[in-house]
Amino acid sequence: MRGATHAKWAACAVTVALAATACGGGGSGGGGGDGSGIVSSSWGDPQNPLEPANTNEVQGGKILDMVFRGLKRYDPKTGEAKDMIAESIDTKDAQNFTVKIKDNWKFSNGEKITAKSFVDAWNYGANLKNNQKNAYFFGYIEGYDKVHPEKGDPSAQTLSGLKVVDDKTFTVKLSQKFSTWPDTLGYPAFAPLPKAFYDDHQGWLSKPVGNGPYTVDSYTKGSKMSLRKWDGYPGDDKAQNGGVDMKVYTDNNTAYTDLMAGNLDLVDDVPASQLKNAKNDLGDRYINTPAGIIQTLAFPFYDSKWNKPGKEKVRMGLSRAINREQITETIFQKTRTPASDWTSPVLGEKGGFKEGLCGDACKYDAEQAKKLVEEGGGIPGGTLKVSYNADTGSHKEWVDAVCNSINKALDNDKACVASPIGTFADFRSKASKQELDGAWRAGWQMDYPLIQNFLEPVYFTDAPSNDGKYSDKEFDKLVNEANGETDTNKAIGKFQDAEKILAKDMPAIPLWYQNGSAGYSDKVSDVSLNQFSVPVYNEIKVN
Amino acid sequence: MGRYVIRRLLQMIPVFIGATLLIFLMVNVMGDPVAGLCGDRKCDPATAAQLKKEFGLDKPVWQQYLTYMGNVFTGDFGTAFNGQKVTELMSAAFPVTIRLTIVAIVFEIVIGISLGVLTGLRRGRPVDTVVLLLTLVVISIPTFVTGLVLQLLLGVQWGVIKPSVSSEAPFNELLIPGLVLASVSLAYVTRLTRTSIAENRRADYVRTAVAKGLPRRRVITRHLLRNSLIPVVTFIGTDVGALMGGAIVTERIFNIHGVGFQLYQGILRQSTQTVVGFVTVLVLVFLVANLIVDLLYAVLDPRIRYA
Repeated sequence: MRGATHAKWAACAVTVALAATACGGGGSGGGGGDGSGIVSSSWGDPQNPLEPANTNEVQGGKILDMVFRGLKRYDPKTGEAKDMIAESIDTKDAQNFTVKIKDNWKFSNGEKITAKSFVDAWNYGANLKNNQKNAYFFGYIEGYDKVHPEKGDPSAQTLSGLKVVDDKTFTVKLSQKFSTWPDTLGYPAFAPLPKAFYDDHQGWLSKPVGNGPYTVDSYTKGSKMSLRKWDGYPGDDKAQNGGVDMKVYTDNNTAYTDLMAGNLDLVDDVPASQLKNAKNDLGDRYINTPAGIIQTLAFPFYDSKWNKPGKEKVRMGLSRAINREQITETIFQKTRTPASDWTSPVLGEKGGFKEGLCGDACKYDAEQAKKLVEEGGGIPGGTLKVSYNADTGSHKEWVDAVCNSINKALDNDKACVASPIGTFADFRSKASKQELDGAWRAGWQMDYPLIQNFLEPVYFTDAPSNDGKYSDKEFDKLVNEANGETDTNKAIGKFQDAEKILAKDMPAIPLWYQNGSAGYSDKVSDVSLNQFSVPVYNEIKVN
Repeated sequence: MGRYVIRRLLQMIPVFIGATLLIFLMVNVMGDPVAGLCGDRKCDPATAAQLKKEFGLDKPVWQQYLTYMGNVFTGDFGTAFNGQKVTELMSAAFPVTIRLTIVAIVFEIVIGISLGVLTGLRRGRPVDTVVLLLTLVVISIPTFVTGLVLQLLLGVQWGVIKPSVSSEAPFNELLIPGLVLASVSLAYVTRLTRTSIAENRRADYVRTAVAKGLPRRRVITRHLLRNSLIPVVTFIGTDVGALMGGAIVTERIFNIHGVGFQLYQGILRQSTQTVVGFVTVLVLVFLVANLIVDLLYAVLDPRIRYA
């Protein structure tokens, strides 16, 4: 029968196709337990060019954490800022600091690290002309307003508060007292830069040279970066593996599938849809640990309807109408913890985290919720709109759940509605221009594990991330006092006092603390996430 | 023929300008892209202003469009937000997507047309019914379901393929993604060919060819198939553009860093330069593919003349 030959032919084509694809499979870099094995890890395409002062998101930050070391480094377990390149950072008045650096540090291209490596890098980062998105990190240093004016061209090229004393010493003068400032220096923006960075900027960007435990072996933008262990690394946190291959995934579901199929060693962002299975699929190889991220619902204080005395009762009522336990359990599969203050558990008790500081206001109680909202004169406009960006992060699910919870507690179908905004950029644009009415999802990912970082940038009058324009004199005063306090414990106490004002005013409803979730293959061990939910790559061992 | 081609090429210019302008406006309507660059915090106003200046976002839209088009004609597609030239992104993404499209088109042609001929010649027989049912199933299942199921079965369960395509994306790794991408079109090609063949089978020229005593193979390939291919070629031609632009779903599932991935990324980050640049090239591909289809008609049917 002639037809049969046709069918056979088609079947053959498919068989050949399958067979050929199978041939395409191959092993990845091997290596035994001798520390030479290569770890393959999922990665996202960094949004900005990879420069220390220009990287403000996790994907680029991961690389900086491997390629750079700064004056300080946050201990991946405790979050404590420990001296790395810094020999000592001394101050008498919480405003003038003398930084001494260690002798034996160099960049992977052989260049020695001197005080100038830091001062030049910071000047570069702060200068408006260089478009660095993290420039505001240098905002505490004197002379910042000259090199980074709010309007017009800079009138100075260097920060007047930075002075090189000798090869190993430089001094920093801040424009205000800030006792915990040295602890902020673990942030990648403060990393030193080699001469090559300024001499051949494009070349440097295509293959960054740093001073961390890894060097960049090859970098194909948008798809892959191979990092290899740097044998000459002088630090004591040397890489325990031969290198890391970072592979960009179009979708974290595919990364998870690749992990399941044994093609990938580490996924540091388990997709929401797989959270249910992750525990079964991976067992002990599923990590779910707290990260320095808190989610809140922020309110528009620029809108007079929300900024009236008595409305704090409405906000408190809304807070009490949200069943945090239920939502974190059912929607987030316990990868979130109900929040009861405005910081994060990663700070630890010593660092200023205080469970329950929010008090009853963060406890679910439908009856009280209803009473409080009524006492406060009801929700302005009758309906609370909760805005979120619909493009990434699957926010729809939990915003709907929060609204359901509020509607149920207040016994009113129209008390809360979700209001999606197309893209993250548009959402951020509306939020930062005070164009949102009603509440919106606000997330805060810490820059450094300090209680100051959870409060000042978000709730201080006119602070950069105070999108709701909340303002309270007492709060500002306490934060300033805390910053001027040289005794760390006292400073933290003051910050907590300031936080208690938030508990009274409820400028933003704390929802939950976010965890970092990751999964890894049985080919690797010693995998953990730090407080920024970034894997501690240098500690990973390949079996 | 030459004049026809020139006329068609000239007609492309207004289509091209109109399409790019529309896309430009659409991306601009989405709001301020710089706000998204600083993450969950507000960009400090000075840096934001500086960035806007650098990307030309501080000027009115019509001026942006004119500058943009001026640059495009000199081969400069601007810079994406991550500091890469859009041309650089294109040179990385297009070869991958073109390979994927070639795989898909080959599947469409080989499997689609052979199944179409097979069923067209045996209308009403069991083979025909089975293939018709199969194509119906394929058409009614969305691509992402087919993709995910194949990925799970072949990639994870049976380990026949790697679930994700490596960054080099060689042909052999693109076979399954190509098949998934082609699946729906493949079903249409089968059905189109089948109908066309079945219709022409009773045509006079086929009867003549059979009466002349030509071998059956020759009757089918030279007479029947050639005349039946016109609608199929039209479909495949337009499908080239559709496959290249519409590969987003497939590319996402199989981690292929092609045009779909770059477009998706560009839209998420509201990078006007990336989105407009890629769509501009896609519009060109579409137009050229259509032109080639029209020219192919004359090859298939010499009665068609161009003036």
